[in-house]
Amino acid sequence: MSAHGYKVVGTRPVRPDGADKVTGRAAYGADVHLAGLLYGAVLRSPHAHARIRRIDTRGAEALEGVRAVITASDFPPADAGRIIDLGEGQQTVAEVRGNMLASGKALYKGHAVAAVAAVNRHVAEEALGLIEVDYEPLPAVLTALEAMREDAPILHETLTRKELGTDTGEVSNVAEHFRFELGDLEQGLAEADVVVEREFDTATVHQGYIEPQNATALWNQDGRIHVWSSTQGAFVVRDTVAAALNVPVSRVKATPMEIGGGFGGKIRVYLEPVAALLSRKSGRPVKIVMSRQEVFEGTGPTPGSHIRVKVGARRDGRISAAYAFLAYEAGAYPGSMADCGAMCIFSPYDIANLCVDGYNIVVNKPSTAAYRAPGATNAAFAGESVMDEVAERLGMDPIDFRLRNAAHEGTRRADGPKFRRIGCVEVLEAMKNHPHYSAPLEGPNRGRGVAVGFWFNVGLASACTIGVNADGTVNLVEGSTDIGGTRASIAMQAAEVLGLRAEDVHPVVVDTDSIAYTAVTGGSRTTFATGWAAYEAAHDVLRQMKERAARLLETEPECVEYQDGVFRSGESRMTFAEVAARLNETGGPVTGRAGVNPRGAGGSYAGAIADVEVDPETGRVSILRFTSVQDAGKAIHPAYVEGQMQGGSAQGIGWALNEEYCLSPGGAMQNSSFLDYRMPTSLDLPMIETVIVEVPNPGHPFGVRGVGEANIVPPPGAIANAIYRAAGVRLSRLPMKPETVMEAIWAQRD
Amino acid sequence: MQTLTRVRAIVNEQPVEFLCEPRQSLLECLRDILGLTGSKEGCNDGNCGACTVILDGRPVNSCLVLGVEAEGCRITTIEGIARGTELHPLQRAFLNQAALQCGFCTPGLIVAAKALLDEDPDPSEERIRAFLANNLCRCTGYDKVVRAVQDAAAAGREEVPA
Ligand code: FES
Ligand code: FES
Repeated sequence: MSAHGYKVVGTRPVRPDGADKVTGRAAYGADVHLAGLLYGAVLRSPHAHARIRRIDTRGAEALEGVRAVITASDFPPADAGRIIDLGEGQQTVAEVRGNMLASGKALYKGHAVAAVAAVNRHVAEEALGLIEVDYEPLPAVLTALEAMREDAPILHETLTRKELGTDTGEVSNVAEHFRFELGDLEQGLAEADVVVEREFDTATVHQGYIEPQNATALWNQDGRIHVWSSTQGAFVVRDTVAAALNVPVSRVKATPMEIGGGFGGKIRVYLEPVAALLSRKSGRPVKIVMSRQEVFEGTGPTPGSHIRVKVGARRDGRISAAYAFLAYEAGAYPGSMADCGAMCIFSPYDIANLCVDGYNIVVNKPSTAAYRAPGATNAAFAGESVMDEVAERLGMDPIDFRLRNAAHEGTRRADGPKFRRIGCVEVLEAMKNHPHYSAPLEGPNRGRGVAVGFWFNVGLASACTIGVNADGTVNLVEGSTDIGGTRASIAMQAAEVLGLRAEDVHPVVVDTDSIAYTAVTGGSRTTFATGWAAYEAAHDVLRQMKERAARLLETEPECVEYQDGVFRSGESRMTFAEVAARLNETGGPVTGRAGVNPRGAGGSYAGAIADVEVDPETGRVSILRFTSVQDAGKAIHPAYVEGQMQGGSAQGIGWALNEEYCLSPGGAMQNSSFLDYRMPTSLDLPMIETVIVEVPNPGHPFGVRGVGEANIVPPPGAIANAIYRAAGVRLSRLPMKPETVMEAIWAQRD
Repeated sequence: MQTLTRVRAIVNEQPVEFLCEPRQSLLECLRDILGLTGSKEGCNDGNCGACTVILDGRPVNSCLVLGVEAEGCRITTIEGIARGTELHPLQRAFLNQAALQCGFCTPGLIVAAKALLDEDPDPSEERIRAFLANNLCRCTGYDKVVRAVQDAAAAGREEVPA
């Protein structure tokens, strides 16, 4: 197949689940209804850090309409140290359970401590007020730097610090200090003519999916547990429920409902085991749906961070050394994705001497979760701000400076591996050549900034089966939940192989009993890996269909050619549909199948060009124009690729300008509603221009890289650099909200 | 258990009658009592627009309306937007523009956009953005949403015989 010869790949068909989603028929997690359904609610800690001395549930149990009340003591005995693979990270059973229902201590405001099931949600909520919890409040520690101090209050008496790979045995909030090193940093700094060193802070932000977490569970009388929920990974749900409840995975069936956004935040499991325990106790199915406040206070935001970056460059424009110190807040349990930040921060550059120190630190905030290129955006804000300043000091155009130092095939990433074919240079060139970059930007208080970012993307396991229908269409069964149009992008890859139209492939996302293991929809992997499984399964179908065609054409399978939906042997020919209609007389149904675990994930680069206007009286920053550029490898469905780029850009703009957890000194979130946690509205954004760059990934049959994440990485840096050109101030803190901008402007005037 | 109140309303052109508690929101009544789960709950406090319905000609957040307040009202939900077996031009435009990713905000956006086009068949981009600012979408960045509304407006104007 030639790159230009694709019939389906690269087109824009209407998505197969489209009609259901524009008519309100699509069933999301909260839409599940079962006979005898009870409604659950969760009691949450009012303290950011407190010992739980006693929980008295009798008042709640006595309320009319209440059917079950549970606490952490209702978890069955299990090996607390066992490790569960969560798809984008690992946790012990104790950590997983501890975050679902606190035991011993509440570690953040909003930490779940008990749950109730009742005949409706109002009764369940009323019952929560009747549970008495005796807390002993403890001092809370809320930032990475505070938590690193020797005298800081300790969250976990059992957590010991890992130092460069070895367990020190010392009890600490620092779960881990790691280092990535290439070349000789000191040597590189000594060679530099220009050195810039700056410190940065970024606030905790939330993924902000519009659909709250939800779960419905039925612990059946035969011991089987069935859960329905909105999740990025049905198999993660299955495995987590099984581990938390200490039952074999085969006793759990997870049905993924339509999912209303995730962005990494719906990988971790919060509610399903709790609903299952309530179901076991009540003998009825139980549904729990979080409120928006619970989503903010009880589900994973992305880490706040303190970052220091030092970059040295020679007069010839080459970077000779780069250093980063990344202290990331993991929240209540270890796991902050600082390692991902460390892998990504300098990945757009070819730097001989570099070092990144990463710290993964627990604090009294909600346990953090992945958020679109997790860890990379914080780091890139810092890294790209410093790169911009270095370019300025060298008197170079910021894109030319980046091109002069761009990573390419063979460049080594901070953590060791060498890049295969990557599109960093092509992304930078597309930025430079875009009319936006050369368009005049007139008027006072306006400025243009650029930044680039990287995300490595992942492979992981995916399964797919394809059944042939008598009318010449096929059904495609897959286990990847569809957050942003992946039914389409997967079906299209199968259609391309089969020579069918996109609409002749009917994709269906199924439960964990109906398909083999498939990892999460995350890491930008779904179109890449599940798409590959579909590609292989389609080839399996084709091989069998050729045999059937050979039988009907009275020849050998090797003599059958297939092109554009037609089997040929000499002068005789049969269409795919004609062969499909005669499967039963030629040996029975045809099913293709494939299981893959591809290693060839290709990293994706993205760039942003931002024009801003800064109001010098109020500090308000408006986005005047915004362009997002990304290497997709190959865009299977370009409209959904553009959608990913626009959505990632919008989230990056929100992160840059408005979004943050505002905490009281005691650690309570002060803005846990969409009114006060300001995400971009349609009025805050311009149209977002997109350029899809296609440097095929050599590790995928169609060259796919995955596009879900890299696009969020550059916006904060690009906007910071634009603000500098508009207002003359370099900001070192996210979000760059009006008061932060004003403080910087005032400081400069003084 | 609270006492139940009888409510009669017209929902998607059909007369309906239901019993609800005074504390139940219209959103809850639509979803849990009438089984119209197309309207979504994203916040339950009037800040996301996922629950938007048209009530007596005006778009409202149904989570902020009590079920009992719907007595005698005419309500259109996402389930009432399509014209029989034909999608509404807005629904077609959302699909053709790929203006949805997860689709959770989509019912609210389509209902709100319908209220806009009913009032102004030729809205400017600025007007569309201002009108839809109550409807949060976290996936799309609104670009394709705005274009879909523009397309639907154009299609709607063509439909009107000259
Ligand atoms: S659910 Fe009504 S506005 Fe959010
Ligand atoms: S499409 Fe997901 S929130 Fe709008």
